[in-house]
Order: sequence, then C-alpha cells, then structure tokens
Amino acid sequence: MPFCSTNCGNKAILKRPKTGDTLCKECFFEAFENEIHFTIERAKLFRPGATVAIAASGGKDSTVLAYVLKLLNEKYKYNLKLLLLSIDEGITGYRDDSLDTVKQNRDDYEMPLKILSYKDLYGWTMDEIVAEIGRKNNCTFCGVFRRQALDRGAHLLKVDYLATGHNADDIAETVLMNILRGDLARLSRCTAITTDSGDGIPRVKPLKYTFEKEIVMYAYFRKLIYFSTECVFAPNAYRGHARILLKDLEKIDPSIIMNIIQSGEDLKVNENAKIPTLTRCTRCNYVSSQDVCKACILLEGLNKGLPRLGIGKSSKVKRLLQENEEKETNRLVCNGKDNTCICKNSKVPIIK
Amino acid sequence: MKITVEFGGGAELLFDNKKHYDVELPENTEWTLGRLLFWLKDNLLKERPELFLQDNSVRPGILVLINDTDWELMDTVKYEIQPNDSILFISTLHGG
Repeated sequence: MPFCSTNCGNKAILKRPKTGDTLCKECFFEAFENEIHFTIERAKLFRPGATVAIAASGGKDSTVLAYVLKLLNEKYKYNLKLLLLSIDEGITGYRDDSLDTVKQNRDDYEMPLKILSYKDLYGWTMDEIVAEIGRKNNCTFCGVFRRQALDRGAHLLKVDYLATGHNADDIAETVLMNILRGDLARLSRCTAITTDSGDGIPRVKPLKYTFEKEIVMYAYFRKLIYFSTECVFAPNAYRGHARILLKDLEKIDPSIIMNIIQSGEDLKVNENAKIPTLTRCTRCNYVSSQDVCKACILLEGLNKGLPRLGIGKSSKVKRLLQENEEKETNRLVCNGKDNTCICKNSKVPIIK
Repeated sequence: MKITVEFGGGAELLFDNKKHYDVELPENTEWTLGRLLFWLKDNLLKERPELFLQDNSVRPGILVLINDTDWELMDTVKYEIQPNDSILFISTLHGG
C-alpha cells in the first residue's frame, strides 16, 4: 500500500484524480482546502467584509462549500459574513427531507438560514406543476424557477455575493451540454468563475476546479452529513447523457475534466455568431435575453392551463404569447367548443 | 469469510435502502473485489443493476473504499479480499 506523496510518512488514503498524487487524510484535507483558498485568492472572488449567501440544497456540494468557506473564512480572515439560502421547490419526500439537512448545517456551522418556496414566489409547488405537466419537462420548470428564486433570495437578503456549489465535473458537463445544443451564448459564459446576472449580485463558484470525487471523499473523511436521495421526479435526461459520457471519459483519464473546462475558458466565439443580448423582462423586470423571461412564460402557461407553453422554441412561444394577447384584447368568450381558444376547455391543443 | 459491505451517497437505494450489510462469503474460492461485485449483484442488489455495474467494474461515478482507503490505491477489481475487510461504495451521482 503506497505512502503519502508528501513524504510525511503516513499511509495514503486516496489517489487524487487531478494530479495522480497519493495522499494521507491530513495532507488531503490540506491540499483540498488550500486549492479552494487559492482559487478564491487568484480570482479575487470576494471583497473583504462582504456578505455571502451560500446556495444550500443539503447535498454534498453545498454542504462541503459551506463547511470549507467557514473554515477558510476563519483561517485566512476573509472577514466574510456567511449565510445559507435554500429554495423549497415543494417536492414531497425529497426537498422536505433535504431541508432538514440544511437546518442541521445552519446549527452546525452557526450560519443564519433563509428558505424561500416556489409556492410563495410563483404560487405553484413542483408537486402541483408535475400534476399539470407530467414527468417529461418538469426539470425545465424546476431549473428556471430555482435559478431565479436564488437571485430573488439574494436580493431579499441584501447580500453582496451568491456562492453556488458547482464543481469541476458540473462545469465540464455544462460545457459539453452547451456544445451538444449549439448554445454559444451559454457556452461562452458557463465557465466563468463569477457571473453577473445583471442585478449587481455576482454569482461565484469557489468549487469550480474541485473534482466531484474529492468533494465526496472530503465529506466522507470529514464525516459531514449530507443528503443524497434522488429527486422523486425523473432526473433531467439530457444532462444525464452528458454526465454518463463525462464519467466514462473521466475513467479513461481524469484530466479530461480540466481539459474540457480549459477548452470552454479559452474558446473564442466567432464575432459573426448570433449572441442574444441581455435585456430585462417586460413583466417581472428580471434579466432575460427575450422580451418576456422564461420564468414568466412558464408561469403564464401554468396559470392559463397551457403548461407546455415555454417548452421548446422561443419563436413559437413569442407567436403564441402574441396570439394570446390579441385574443384577450378581442375579449373572446370561450364556449368550450371553439377550437381556437387557448384556454384549458379547448378540445384542440394549440401546441403539440 | 466474514466481511462488511456498506453503501452511501445514494448507492444504498439500489440495495433495499440499507447502508450496512454483514456478509458471509463462501470459503471455497479466492475472493477478488471484482468477484464480490457480481456476488453483490446476484445476492444483495434489489434494482437497476446497470446503475451499479458497468463492464466488469462499478459504474463510473461510484467510489469504492477498502478499509477506508481509495480502491484505486489497492488494484481496484484485482484486490484480494481479506477476512473482516470493510468495503464501502459511495455514489457521487445523487443529490443537489
């Protein structure tokens, strides 16, 4: 059995995917924490004295992020005020349980916790949304709503930064997905360690260069409690494919993860490529690349009994929204038989 | 031969949602970790074997620890299991 690469004399407990080094428990903790510290320092991620909300799901990434940020904040005197922000999507048997883990984090790490629910923000729980839309596109709703909910929460708490637990594997996966979708706008910004959603509260990813394997090993050896149940609704199939591909590649050579991130970072988007410009949603004033943001479109679909509105091409959505508005101004009264009415009494579905 | 087998990080969901098993392996053969994987599949696994095994090893994304040491330091599937070993499988694929 190999010894620790640092020649400290201890028995190694893990092989690092990033470097191939074999490290003992203590040297691993130090390397893991120091790398995150260097990432934070090099990118000048936080202004001293700032307030940081940690997006906390109770899962491995956000639990490790909260633990390490607290530790580094004390060790290196970042002088940050840390708090936890959780979103309750309203998924019975999943989020209600994981929120108990977040409450444990709150007590263990002595950080204030704010929980915002989809029900309060949007009037719908995910359970209710799935009852409308079924289990095919539900992850679209959840993803769009969660992102916006976190931003709204950050605003409400008046924080200076929102830190998320995205790790190196997540980012490599997102690069792959954006390539597979041909989504250049997202491809060019998905590797950034700091992104500004236009509201002045930067989102930061301190675990950007941290491998998933090491996060799980760190949580295990530090005996951190985290929540690891699969969401009760079907997992996002598209991300699933990218994830399986990536895990297979990682098995052949773990440095592929870093190479994909680097490719994403260094990539220069052709100046002639059509990149949507960011503007504000005319309804909710949230940052959007369209006149009406995705969350508002999804919400309109739900509230008008047309839950599939917003799933699919944005040009189609634009046309439907316009038709919808025209109809409302014409004050058509639905008799339940009229094939052109978009209300849920209509026999003929407009979108297929 | 007595060993313990443990599951975590969501891997337990495939094994009747139980995290700890005391296992008695038949003594008539040499036990490599690779052989154990198939024994687990045939004897303890309750659902979706494709989420546990892939190409004679664990599915990428499942970490294996032998007596609290990364199996990548112990010859992975070729490791020869010793009495009272503790084998832990942690899924990295769940949660969030």
